[in-house]
Amino acid sequence: MTDTNMARAHLEAGESTIIEFNDVNKWYGDFHVLKNINFSIKKGERIVVCGPSGSGKSTMIRCINRLEEHQKGTILVDGIEMNNNLKNIETIRKDVGMVFQHFNLFPHLTILENLTLAPIWVRKTPKKEAEEMAMHYLERVKIANQALKYPGQLSGGQQQRVAIARGLCMQPRIMLFDEPTSALDPEMIKEVLDTMIELAEEGMTMVCVTHEMGFAKTVADRVVFMDAGEIVEANEPHTFFDNPQHDRTQAFLSQILNH
Amino acid sequence: MAIVFKPSPSLPPPSTSVGAVAWIRQNLLSSPLNIILTMLSLYIMYLTIPPLIEWGIINATWTGSSRAACTGTGACWAFVNTRFDQFMYGLYPSEETWRVNLAAILIVLLVGMFSIKMISKLYLSITITIIYPIVAYFLFAGGIFGLEPVETSRWGGLFLTVLLGTIGIVASFPLGILLALGRRSNMPIAKSICIIFIETIRAVPLITIMFMASVMIPLFLPDGLNFNKLLRVLIGITLFSAAYMAEVIRGGLQAIPKGQYEAADAMGLTYWKSMILVILPQALKLVIPGIVNTFIGLFKDTTLVYIVGMFDLLGIIQLANHDTKWLGTTIEGYVFAAFVYWIFCFGMSRYSMAIERKLETGHKRN
Repeated sequence: MTDTNMARAHLEAGESTIIEFNDVNKWYGDFHVLKNINFSIKKGERIVVCGPSGSGKSTMIRCINRLEEHQKGTILVDGIEMNNNLKNIETIRKDVGMVFQHFNLFPHLTILENLTLAPIWVRKTPKKEAEEMAMHYLERVKIANQALKYPGQLSGGQQQRVAIARGLCMQPRIMLFDEPTSALDPEMIKEVLDTMIELAEEGMTMVCVTHEMGFAKTVADRVVFMDAGEIVEANEPHTFFDNPQHDRTQAFLSQILNH
Repeated sequence: MAIVFKPSPSLPPPSTSVGAVAWIRQNLLSSPLNIILTMLSLYIMYLTIPPLIEWGIINATWTGSSRAACTGTGACWAFVNTRFDQFMYGLYPSEETWRVNLAAILIVLLVGMFSIKMISKLYLSITITIIYPIVAYFLFAGGIFGLEPVETSRWGGLFLTVLLGTIGIVASFPLGILLALGRRSNMPIAKSICIIFIETIRAVPLITIMFMASVMIPLFLPDGLNFNKLLRVLIGITLFSAAYMAEVIRGGLQAIPKGQYEAADAMGLTYWKSMILVILPQALKLVIPGIVNTFIGLFKDTTLVYIVGMFDLLGIIQLANHDTKWLGTTIEGYVFAAFVYWIFCFGMSRYSMAIERKLETGHKRN
């Protein structure tokens, strides 16, 4: 049994739901971007979300920490409803780390300061402790020797690994990845994916928007396919890739796998 | 066996592209047009610089007690020389000017202490922004500890210029930040107030605001409640440049990518924390040239106080020009004023460039 299989077995033993979408709808002006999303994610589960551009996949995961507001339905994260209550939002954001397509590191701060900012100012961790923790995570993403540099001095792949470490520094229960490898040079994609695979093996709940199908096959517990604001299909990777139920999924897979 | 790839070694650039001769060839003599422009510039410098030096230095008269003492063909610096104290302090009593000097030395020392690592920057900032102004005020105005009271109407000269400029800058900067944040906020009432304030102030000339401050406000205030004219003018100048400052800073805020706001939000930082820790440091750095532009503009705009009967550096020089003993020294007076303003403004400009260099953290990869 591989690590992932063990984790799956662990999941089936009845772990609790950590993220729940109930009839979630969202509009950008008149544009109906999310349509009746019903989906739940269990604790420790690794979800890969894929789909054509404009299908609402980024919007959906950005609703989880309310970078986007939904207009209808409910989203429960860790039992807390995401609504206009600022306190709820703050509580959830402390527990949900996020990695962006364009890294979004703070260019005026060193790598170390990027990592310690949130622990010090949000979690009120003493500076020394925060720095020790930051160095620990930097070592885990194999970049500790760059701690005193500025983000502008690092390559894209290194910056994205720093961004992952920055997310981990808040010791989140959920990590969200919004196309983490889409802005990277081909040579740097692997180093970021390796970091994410390691993280997955430790049992972190992960929701990842990506087109890296290899990553989806090896890591995901479930792959979600979205199109035109709807979840078309969600299945375990081997069913999803070998025996897709929906013709739209088949068309999408043939587009991205056969080139 | 595969061929091992070995990068070729880096070589130094060819000698024709470095050194003084190469620089002259590239920048001054690179094309026929460039050669003509270089010659023309040299000719214009030859025409203007030697006469200026003759007038200003070689043939100038440096000492004397009236215009009659200036017999040479050059500048009559004796005028500036004898009136120097007045230009510096206005009508401030001459035996009390040490108080102004002391305050000036104090602030220079305090600011200089920023370079000492042992001293907490936070405490130093508090000292400078809260304790120092109180000390300086009592030094200037007197009235306690046996210091002879000096009314603000007697404050003048460069002292008044620097006072107005510094307080205007220090007060308008934070106010400008608040206005800029307010104008971009989602709260409709705060937003409207900021927009109305900024647009109203920017639509009115500074002279009008000065007149309002010195003439109109006292009319509306009840009898007996009448606060100092200097203070009213200061408030006017501060509000005026805060409106401009707000727009400069808003430009910086808009230039920060949305991703920075999102990353700060996603971490759970509150609005004020994300502004202070993430957004403002970047936005302000970006608009340092615009901020310093506003500062320099404010510093020079302080000359307008003379129309409400206060004598700053320019005002006191103009006043001195009317002295019958010194008729015909207008040019010298204005050249001196220009020189002093130039020193201050050029200093601010260089200081801002130094700050920009210091804050450069390689956003752009070279």
